[in-house]
Amino acid sequence: MRLTCPLCGPRDRREFYYYGAEDYLHRPAPDAPIEAWDDHLHLRTNLAGVIKDLWYHEGGCASWLLVTRNTITHEVLSVERVADRKGASA
Amino acid sequence: MRYSGFKVFTEGLFGNKGWTPAWRDAAPKAEYDAVIIGGGGHGLSTAYYLAKNHGLRNIAVLEKGYLGGGNVGRNTTIVRANYFLPGNSEFYSHSLKLWEKLEGELNYNVMHSQRGQVVLFHSDGQRDAAVRRANAIVNQGDDAEILDVPTLKQLYPFLDYNQTRFPIYGGMNQRRAGTARHDAVAWGYARGADQLGVDLIQNCEVTGIDIEGGKVVGVQTTRGAIKAKKVGMVAAGRSGQVAAMAGMRLPVESHIMQAYVTEGLKPCIDSVISFGMGHFYISQSDKGGLVFGGDIDFYASYAARGNLPMLEHVMEAGMTLMPMIGRAKVLRTWGGIMDMTPDGSPIIDKTHIDGLFVDAGWNYGGFKAIPASGWCMAHLMATGQPHEVAAKFRLDRFRTGHLIDEEGTGSQHNLH
Repeated sequence: MRLTCPLCGPRDRREFYYYGAEDYLHRPAPDAPIEAWDDHLHLRTNLAGVIKDLWYHEGGCASWLLVTRNTITHEVLSVERVADRKGASA
Repeated sequence: MRYSGFKVFTEGLFGNKGWTPAWRDAAPKAEYDAVIIGGGGHGLSTAYYLAKNHGLRNIAVLEKGYLGGGNVGRNTTIVRANYFLPGNSEFYSHSLKLWEKLEGELNYNVMHSQRGQVVLFHSDGQRDAAVRRANAIVNQGDDAEILDVPTLKQLYPFLDYNQTRFPIYGGMNQRRAGTARHDAVAWGYARGADQLGVDLIQNCEVTGIDIEGGKVVGVQTTRGAIKAKKVGMVAAGRSGQVAAMAGMRLPVESHIMQAYVTEGLKPCIDSVISFGMGHFYISQSDKGGLVFGGDIDFYASYAARGNLPMLEHVMEAGMTLMPMIGRAKVLRTWGGIMDMTPDGSPIIDKTHIDGLFVDAGWNYGGFKAIPASGWCMAHLMATGQPHEVAAKFRLDRFRTGHLIDEEGTGSQHNLH
């Protein structure tokens, strides 16, 4: 499996650190109820099919990446930088 | 039909014409007292113990493919009870005791072989941790011993002891650990359950879980609607999809884990050996193939096949530990879909929906847990109370903080 980093181009899977489902992008407020934090940190939709998840280009440009890929075929559909997403704060 | 040496002998004399199918090909009935979703090792053992220990007779196991076609037929077949933490320790201890009586219990040869497992250590720190773990195992009532290097050299002369990077300091041995024939475990439980009247329904995919007023009333399947008073979700790597039908999200992320087997070789490795400085473990099957594995690939996947980086890592670890395997040819590799939880320990619990139970999150340790998982899930479904050796496998423990983190790496999906 290779990921095409928007800054570095197509790179081997070994350069990337897998963090987890895109749930990590939806961080609850610090004073949100514990159920919201449980949902954020632990509970997963765990879909078989096209999902979005977070990878870190540890062996490259150190960008956090949002990868759209198919968990049944390992096909990678798109890779975007989390920092480039609309509404992302710097 | 009861299997015996005498039966094998007489069938051999008369052309083997008297053998009958090991279980009925049941068609779904309109209603059951209990329905198990998932016909793998855990689902079949749950059904067996529901019938055997709790006297339920009107039970169905629904399997979308064929019995034992999932992880129970895609693993490295190791059976052990060398856990450290309360919660895991008593559970796997119970499971190993059930394993030791399983063949007699089921009248089925599951080829359970207590050939022992040694986990090597490679530093003073690892030795201290191994001694501590061994003491915990002995306190639990199971067996563990520390082997020094001269003893190891006698047992396993082929290990590379003196390499500068990871010299071998010793090993923690559990003699009652070993292996079993993985398919046979599923088949044995299937046959046992069938003989107790359980309907095993294959090619029957559950497409919906019917819930009325906070209580489960049945399931929708590709072979029609089935009413049920109690439903157990025992779907291993596919637990996420099954739970979604009940509107639930589980603390489970499904990952790929690969395993590898070589061509058949003459007997050379007579126990299970685990490397302590890289995720690698190996045993030799009765057919002669070296069966070995490593860590998960570390990304969510349902592909049932892995990628090359982990394959390379496992081969490197194997060559570091025992260079003698370098010329063995790898015949095949395969991947299982592991239902990983944030702390690496399983879940056997009721859900917030009345009558709906979940047995999931077996990570990469599900095979050895099959007897106790079925035993405890059956106890929970029949009595409504958790079994004492599975009482800590709670669905809400990540929210409440009562983790069972055997590796001590933290409660996060990508760390186990």
